[in-house]
Amino acid sequence: MASEDSPLWMLLDEGQQMLASTAAQFLSKSAPVGRLRELPRAPGADGFSRALWAEMAELGWLGLQIPEAHGGLGLGFFDLAIVLEASGQTLMPEPFVSTLLLGAQALLLGGTDAQRARYLPGVADGSRLLALAYDERGMRGDLSRLRASATREADGFTLRGVKPHALDAHVADAIVVAARVEPGDAIGLFIVPRDAAGLAIEREQRMDLLNAATVRLDAVRVGEDAVVGPLETSEALLSAVLDRARIGLSAQMLGAMERAFEMTVAYLKERVQFGVPIGSFQALQHRAARLFIEIALARSSVLAAARAVDDRPAEVPRLAALAKAKCGEAFWQVAAEAIQMHGGIGMTAEHDIGFYFKRAQAAEVMFGDGATQRRRWAEACGY
Amino acid sequence: MSEAPPLTEFRDEIRAWLEANAPASLRGTSPCGPFDGYWGGKKHPPVDPDVLRWRDLCLERGLTAPTWPKAYGGAGLDRDHAVVFYEELRAMGLPRPVVGFGFAMIGPTLLEFGNEAQKREHLPRICAGEIRWCQGYSEPNAGSDLANVQMRAVRDGDHFVVDGQKVWTSHADKSDWIFCLVRTDPTAKKQRGISFLLVDMDTPGVTPREIELISGSSPFCETFFEGVRVPLGNVVGEVNSGWTVAKALLGHERSMIGQSIGRAPGSGQRELVAKARHHLGAAEGPLPDPLLRDAIAHNGMDEEAFQLTLARLAQTREAGASPGSESSILKIAATEMKQRRYTLGMRIAGEEGLGWTDDGFDAQDVDFTRGWLRSRANTIEGGSSEIQLNIIAKRVLGLPDGK
Ligand SMILES: Cc1cc2nc3c(=O)[nH]c(=O)nc-3n(C[C@H](O)[C@H](O)[C@H](O)COP(=O)(O)OP(=O)(O)OC[C@H]3O[C@@H](n4cnc5c(N)ncnc54)[C@H](O)[C@@H]3O)c2cc1C
Repeated sequence: MASEDSPLWMLLDEGQQMLASTAAQFLSKSAPVGRLRELPRAPGADGFSRALWAEMAELGWLGLQIPEAHGGLGLGFFDLAIVLEASGQTLMPEPFVSTLLLGAQALLLGGTDAQRARYLPGVADGSRLLALAYDERGMRGDLSRLRASATREADGFTLRGVKPHALDAHVADAIVVAARVEPGDAIGLFIVPRDAAGLAIEREQRMDLLNAATVRLDAVRVGEDAVVGPLETSEALLSAVLDRARIGLSAQMLGAMERAFEMTVAYLKERVQFGVPIGSFQALQHRAARLFIEIALARSSVLAAARAVDDRPAEVPRLAALAKAKCGEAFWQVAAEAIQMHGGIGMTAEHDIGFYFKRAQAAEVMFGDGATQRRRWAEACGY
Repeated sequence: MSEAPPLTEFRDEIRAWLEANAPASLRGTSPCGPFDGYWGGKKHPPVDPDVLRWRDLCLERGLTAPTWPKAYGGAGLDRDHAVVFYEELRAMGLPRPVVGFGFAMIGPTLLEFGNEAQKREHLPRICAGEIRWCQGYSEPNAGSDLANVQMRAVRDGDHFVVDGQKVWTSHADKSDWIFCLVRTDPTAKKQRGISFLLVDMDTPGVTPREIELISGSSPFCETFFEGVRVPLGNVVGEVNSGWTVAKALLGHERSMIGQSIGRAPGSGQRELVAKARHHLGAAEGPLPDPLLRDAIAHNGMDEEAFQLTLARLAQTREAGASPGSESSILKIAATEMKQRRYTLGMRIAGEEGLGWTDDGFDAQDVDFTRGWLRSRANTIEGGSSEIQLNIIAKRVLGLPDGK
């Protein structure tokens, strides 16, 4: 049979299994979900731990997929997805999505040699953080409604616009900005250093405790060397980057739903009412069993999508939509049921389960909600 | 088994053999599922001679039951080679040469639990499609609670005398033999007093009576037993330890149901899209009804996630590990997905889906409607969804029993 027809390989090899268990162990210990209560309130807070980020760089996790020439390990996206899943278990707010997915993937897929050499080694060693500012208020991911502008000048471009909710833009050393090139209609990507004149960054406070900022571009001047990917293809580049972000975020969602489910099953065995553990009530047993099924299906979708990035690029758009939609639904359902099955204690700020519910809602709407993914899927399938 | 050539060579060999021999009239006609093909048996209505020729061709090489030992009429292949054989059949749209409960349920059970005489008597006849089997498990008061079977078998010399009733016996009226759970020790605790008995349907006192389904067809019966004399040699395994045999067979049944639903990747979605294009009159481009499009995409995604999960479990097995807890979700995930697909198809068809015969309706739509009705049984038969959920909750999640 043609290899294109055989199913994507979804298993972890021995090294990858080791990576998965090491990462899960290390992160459960050094990044327990409870620290989300403290992080944002610490003085001068970044909202995440730079020390932990540096430690993960030491372990090689930040450069897993970055080529050796740029200081990484040169492994696949699948390997990165393994670490992302582990990071999702404790809802880590560290800048995985912004730096490793959005920023680094833009440079890996479309950056010039000079741009890669300038930024990627710093990503791998943890010293540089990146962000992507593309969406705008009311745009909801629809690029035809993007309004930020890049006016062509003799020696480069002038950028103007407002980009809310850019993940980790408050700490990024450089921000990749999507803007419409004038004159013309193409959408370009431009990498802007954080100290550029006219760039203002306002920190936001989110309920799900991810970190983000509003990026204001008030006539920011950049040179030709700031263009990421040839202008003619940057729209396709942006879609490819977002697809990888969808898959990476889905891996985090998978880790999160698995952990929330584990906590819930443990509670069902421990909490006693009417003289028996509540997990002996069939009404709850069946709902828990259904969640188990949904998680298994979501897991297959994530593993296949992550593998496709390495092995079958043509299938990435379709499988990214699949993974994001399945994980969105399953994570939300698991988190909502988790609160219900915890009863009153699940509603308290003191209990960790609520963090999962907030993150489930956030993750569902980021990079396109379920309905958006289904539209993209239908397009990819030709109907 | 060791004599089989390496897989790629075997694939080429099978393909060449099929190209040269498979009847042209059967090519491209079948999804090659475990229910699509020749059911065999002495009561089978007249059948296309090519179907019998196809059976004979395969039988000669042991390929009607590829994994069974040669001594019993199989080809002695291992699982991987058998998979290659079926993949090649599917690629050419050929039906399996023989299908049915003999091949899928009682055969594998006899291989594990039958004595030599039973294997020699029954397995070759199953391979040849000579004998059709049905399943006598359920009774009026033993459905989900199967261990509550009451049909009595009382010893009389070298025979058992069987009295009682089975129900929901699929295809009993078209079958030659039935495998039954009977109570041989009414004093023992539920599971302990059951025996697994093979009964020739032609024995005096066995009477199947048709039951009509909501889909209008009558694929199953209630089956009455009155003073039916069955030789002692027809007990599979030990007397009173039939429950072990019964459970092993249920495993084969579930995997048959799972396979019947695990069809070619994406085929469910393609069918729905074609249906929508037909009924909405939209030959190409995005479907004009965005809600319907969303619903089809939802179903298509469910289908793909399920197919991927099937593939992942197969890969796990291939890698030599046990697929573990996740295989327990397949029955429920597959059957519910299939029901949602049918339900969506009915929504697409609208009033065109209300036909019972083709007077005023397209035959294709009528078939679909009947398929939709039949699909409601998928979550009941072979262990209902609720029973599957119980199994997941207790065995996989380790949730405690109720008081
Ligand atoms: C199309 C079709 C073909 C069949 N073919 C055969 C055949 O060939 N041979 C054969 O022997 N049988 C056959 N069956 C019977 C089938 O195995 C039974 O219908 C099935 O086991 C359920 O039993 P029941 O119908 O008595 O329902 P019941 O057991 O009475 O169940 C009724 C409802 O109660 C629920 N329920 C029962 N127990 C529990 C519990 N512990 N917890 C929660 N809910 C519960 C069930 O899920 C179901 O929703 C067939 C059935 C169908 C529909």
